[in-house]
Amino acid sequence: MASSGFFSRLKEGLARSKQKLTSGIAGVLTRRKLDEKALEELEEALIAADLGPAAAAKIIADFRKTRFNKDVSEEEVRAQLAEDIAAILAPVARPLELDPARKPNVILVVGVNGTGKTTTIGKLALFWKEQGLSPILVAGDTFRAAAVEQLQIWGERVGAPVIAGPPGADPAGLAFDALSKAKAEGRDVLLIDTAGRLHNKRALMEELQKIIRVLRKQDATAPHSVLLVLDATTGQNAIEQVRVFKEMVDVTGIVVTKLDGSARGGVVVALAEGFGLPLHAVGVGEKAEDLRPFDALEFARGLVEV
Amino acid sequence: MFENLSGKLAGVFERLRGRGTLNETDVAEALREVRLALLEADVALPVVKDFIAAVREQAMSAQVMESVTPGQQVIKIVHDALIAQLGGAGAVPLNLNAPAPVPVLMVGLQGSGKTTTAGKLGLRLASRERKRVLLASLDTQRPAAQLQLEQLAKQAGVPSLPIVAGETPIAIANRAISTARREGFDVVILDTAGRLSINQELMDEVRAVRDATHPAETLLVVDAMTGQDAVNTARAFNEAVGISGIVMTRMDGDARGGAALSMRAVTGAPIKLVGVGEKLDALEEFHPERVAGRILGMGDVVGLVERAQETIEREEAEQLAAKLAKGRFDLEDYAKQLRQITRMGSLSSILGMLPGAGKLAAQLDESKLDGKLLRRQEAIILSMTPEERRRPEIIKASRKRRIAAGSGVTVADVNRLLKQFDDLSTMMKRVNKLGQKGLMRHGLAALLPGRRQSWH
Repeated sequence: MASSGFFSRLKEGLARSKQKLTSGIAGVLTRRKLDEKALEELEEALIAADLGPAAAAKIIADFRKTRFNKDVSEEEVRAQLAEDIAAILAPVARPLELDPARKPNVILVVGVNGTGKTTTIGKLALFWKEQGLSPILVAGDTFRAAAVEQLQIWGERVGAPVIAGPPGADPAGLAFDALSKAKAEGRDVLLIDTAGRLHNKRALMEELQKIIRVLRKQDATAPHSVLLVLDATTGQNAIEQVRVFKEMVDVTGIVVTKLDGSARGGVVVALAEGFGLPLHAVGVGEKAEDLRPFDALEFARGLVEV
Repeated sequence: MFENLSGKLAGVFERLRGRGTLNETDVAEALREVRLALLEADVALPVVKDFIAAVREQAMSAQVMESVTPGQQVIKIVHDALIAQLGGAGAVPLNLNAPAPVPVLMVGLQGSGKTTTAGKLGLRLASRERKRVLLASLDTQRPAAQLQLEQLAKQAGVPSLPIVAGETPIAIANRAISTARREGFDVVILDTAGRLSINQELMDEVRAVRDATHPAETLLVVDAMTGQDAVNTARAFNEAVGISGIVMTRMDGDARGGAALSMRAVTGAPIKLVGVGEKLDALEEFHPERVAGRILGMGDVVGLVERAQETIEREEAEQLAAKLAKGRFDLEDYAKQLRQITRMGSLSSILGMLPGAGKLAAQLDESKLDGKLLRRQEAIILSMTPEERRRPEIIKASRKRRIAAGSGVTVADVNRLLKQFDDLSTMMKRVNKLGQKGLMRHGLAALLPGRRQSWH
């Protein structure tokens, strides 16, 4: 999925968010020696990037070990900080790969309301379509007004069929029918959209479990991926989101959306440390080609502006 | 995760007290805990700093230093300051004091819940304030966004502006206002496309809409889960269009909602409404005093008390208290408690509102202790004789079989209920022993048995 222009775009998006972090770091460096006060300010700069107090403290603790009381240049501090963050992120930077033997690869897309599930599905479908694969979409959000129509418009753009039912239809039933159809037609990938739901609503989370149970009646290995779509503007609650979704529906990977805004998505660092779930892709715009693979070092560099 | 600030602060001060009188460094340490709690709650860093600076002086006062409960004192100071910064006690109503049709403009980032909120607001104004409301979507960006508002309007029983394909947002806004004027509407709610605060082009567009319509209210719709970026978003929208009020959505989630404080601090605009569910009537007034406790991880105590007051008969409660004091709590009382709990809503949501009970709520949630189980337990008790309810110890094998058959459960279920009642009695005795003061100091955790309670 890699393509040129991504990093410059990502950087662009991060530019504003970086301002504060960067000016914070620059302020630190006028002192030259990395002392307690400077470390504290660095920690605060990371907190302001949504890394969360705990992850920020850990990174700064590592920093203290190697850099404390040394004369350092601004570039050195940034490079080191980026490396530290990248080291945490590197193990989870894994693209979403399809098994070509599977017809279809079943991908269930979940998340809280408004994170960009439907848009992400549209983008993924277009990406695979352009690779010569045949995606099929399921409008499993039968709750929200016009969610079905939103996915159908994406289906038209992509040239992929969309399986939809009447409003309030059982999403598990839809998914089941779609899987039969996808199998019969030898489709490569089945993307299942679901209604946004807050992770603390038990009944709604159980509805997701039902979709999985029903899919497994046809294919015991399905779903092959459960993607959690996470909004980059989300703060520390993202940790709770990931914890509960993982526990309830065994999330296999994360897509972070809306990284083209001023939000930095720093909570991703805490997520990588806490859960180690693969970070498949990031959304950096509303167009289909704005879904990009997640690159740990570039992301970390973007964050601290190397 | 940070569970309870009161507990932490009590810990800090207890540790310090060992050394004798408190000094300024001690209070500073307590304030560091407050700072951490606010950051965990997603209050933006610059806002946290200003806030801590503002409460520092008060926290250094003799009142705190000489207090026997400095932790509680600091909590109170912080809590009061939070309420003040969130806008003071009480709700701020929407300002619709303008010649009809009054335009209300909804703005915000993508996915913050603008369209759903527009639908909810339409229903609220139509049903509560008997206004004639017209809903119009200016979102020409997201696929099917206009259709979404149209469908929501239908659900709410509120008219919406007919969709004309290919129209620009400005043209839609003008058509909405002229239609509303012609057809005698009181309020026009203008829903706009989600936009990033750094997207100049789209910000210019929404400014043009504002200039064309002169909204009486420009509401910034914000997700309660928003992190540090809340300040950037609030500042950008406020600078571009001028915000008159804020709507926090998804307050029915478990985010601590620190963004409320950040937004309010940056824009100075009051938080007017909160979204608390997916149903169209799930839009409420904002009460700073409730959110303050939530940000501190202390739970929405006011909300709990209010709900409890609505459902628990005062007399019943007093009788129960008297029985508790005497250490006489029988299955009859237990059944009453179960009924009250079912009336109040799910156990975990109630516990979520209690200070220090966050963990317990999670455990309960895991154990699926839901309304169904409570009703089943009530059925078991109802199958007992009055004598058995008063003296559960007489319930032996054959009585258990009869009770199980009478309530349609197994003997194991009856055993489980009796065991739970036993555990609860033990807990009640502990309450008595701790007394009111002990409960305040240690919170609910003091009541929990050492090992994890099994509910199954």
